[in-house]
Amino acid sequence: MVIQFVNAVGKSCIETCNEFGTYGLFVINTVVVFFTQGLSLRKLCVQMERIGVDSLPICALIGIFSGAVMTLQTYYGFTKFGSENMIGPVVALSLTRELGPVLTGLMVTGRSGSSIAAEIGTMRITEQIDALETLCVNVFRYLMAPRIIAGVLILPFVTMFTMFFGVLGGYIIYVYYFHLNAAEFLDGIKDFLELSDITGGLIKGSVFGFLLSSIGSYCGFYTHGGAKGVGLATIRSVVVSSIAILISNYFLAMLLFEKA
Amino acid sequence: MKNKIKIIGLKKRFDGGRWISNGLNLDIPEGKTTCIIGQSGEGKSVLLKEIIGLIPPDGGQILVDGMDTVQLTKKEREANFKKFGYVFQFAALLDSLTVFENVGIVELESGENQVDVRKKVLEKLALVNLSEDIIDRYPSELSGGMKKRVGLARTLMTNPEVILYDEPTTGLDPITTRVIHELIADMQKKLSITTVIISHDVEVFKYVDKVALLYQGKIINDVDADTIWESQDPYIYQFIRGLIHGPIQREVVDDENKM
Repeated sequence: MVIQFVNAVGKSCIETCNEFGTYGLFVINTVVVFFTQGLSLRKLCVQMERIGVDSLPICALIGIFSGAVMTLQTYYGFTKFGSENMIGPVVALSLTRELGPVLTGLMVTGRSGSSIAAEIGTMRITEQIDALETLCVNVFRYLMAPRIIAGVLILPFVTMFTMFFGVLGGYIIYVYYFHLNAAEFLDGIKDFLELSDITGGLIKGSVFGFLLSSIGSYCGFYTHGGAKGVGLATIRSVVVSSIAILISNYFLAMLLFEKA
Repeated sequence: MKNKIKIIGLKKRFDGGRWISNGLNLDIPEGKTTCIIGQSGEGKSVLLKEIIGLIPPDGGQILVDGMDTVQLTKKEREANFKKFGYVFQFAALLDSLTVFENVGIVELESGENQVDVRKKVLEKLALVNLSEDIIDRYPSELSGGMKKRVGLARTLMTNPEVILYDEPTTGLDPITTRVIHELIADMQKKLSITTVIISHDVEVFKYVDKVALLYQGKIINDVDADTIWESQDPYIYQFIRGLIHGPIQREVVDDENKM
């Protein structure tokens, strides 16, 4: 019984290390190819559109409602202390530092990370990737680098979009639902929000973009077992990316905002 | 006759399962067409992928022009790929690209002028009897036979020394099957390319020079295609006539999905 338990733990540890190692090599390969062989600008733009631009409407929607609900919830607490003027800064700070990047990361993971995994996974099981290899087309340059670089570059913009619409949602509830002073809301934000809060959030967005696109590509690349395999790769990419985003968010918060 | 490819004692199995290749030996003559036949799941596609270097074997040697390709470095492996063309079972065209982009992918990726690439693509499409009209179509807009011909045109773009066909007529009607067979024979005659075909279709024997039977991880026998119907080898006799009773007993159903 004990031996079986130790065996199972040992096996899963080895498998996890193996998985991390393979993922690390996969990323290194892509980075090396990017710096040594460059990248097609057209492919990069196509991926930036797919990952980022196409995600803007949904991110605007989650931004508006997140900002709105934050205003709604903080209003009930803050009115007890007569601190309604602090609602604006609280909404803006939480959206720029935490909610904006994290919600954007999770939303784009569900929308685009899964799509990357499914697309590359389908290419794998239909031998399209094998075909590229036999034609000596570098798969990392052709498929992986445009997606990963696009994720890194476009996510900060999508995050900024979510932040803006979040604050807008909060503003709408503050001014039109609670009939409070608009200038108070905006002045509070001006007083408390610093540029480092926004840049910190955008850096987080970039890191999340890297995670969701690289994990999606990785899961797709190592797909096997037909249509079921593509489904599993897609699920895996969403689950692993979401966990990676939440864990890295904690460390990034420590790194970026600890002194603030 | 000079051998383009010589396979010696090839061994392969997946995840500790049964041996797909179990000390397999095969000579593939230069400038001729060799057909490999065998039951489903015997590992014919795996063998083809081992020859080109997509799947590494567990043991043995694959000599291409006398050089062992099993122990190649990544760079050498890429150079080895250039000698080969591989026509996949279901063509493996990239869904998101047009016929032009699929056929000219190598040239377009290396930054060649679009007009020059278009000329070359049209030339190769004509070689496989496809008209200019389809050049801007996507793979989903093509029939099965057209896809296979586009796949062949893409392979011909790299001017390979060897073309490997993985079941080129699977899923095609008898007329299209004949067209593809004649196209393969025509290519071989025109370009003198060493050709290896995997097929279940006995009609293909009319168009090849040599037939090798793969059974239980080994080439049981290889015979001249012209005399195959007179062969008294019990395995070949049973297989090509599709007889249920004979030395070939086991129905292989596993391992095909492990590729």
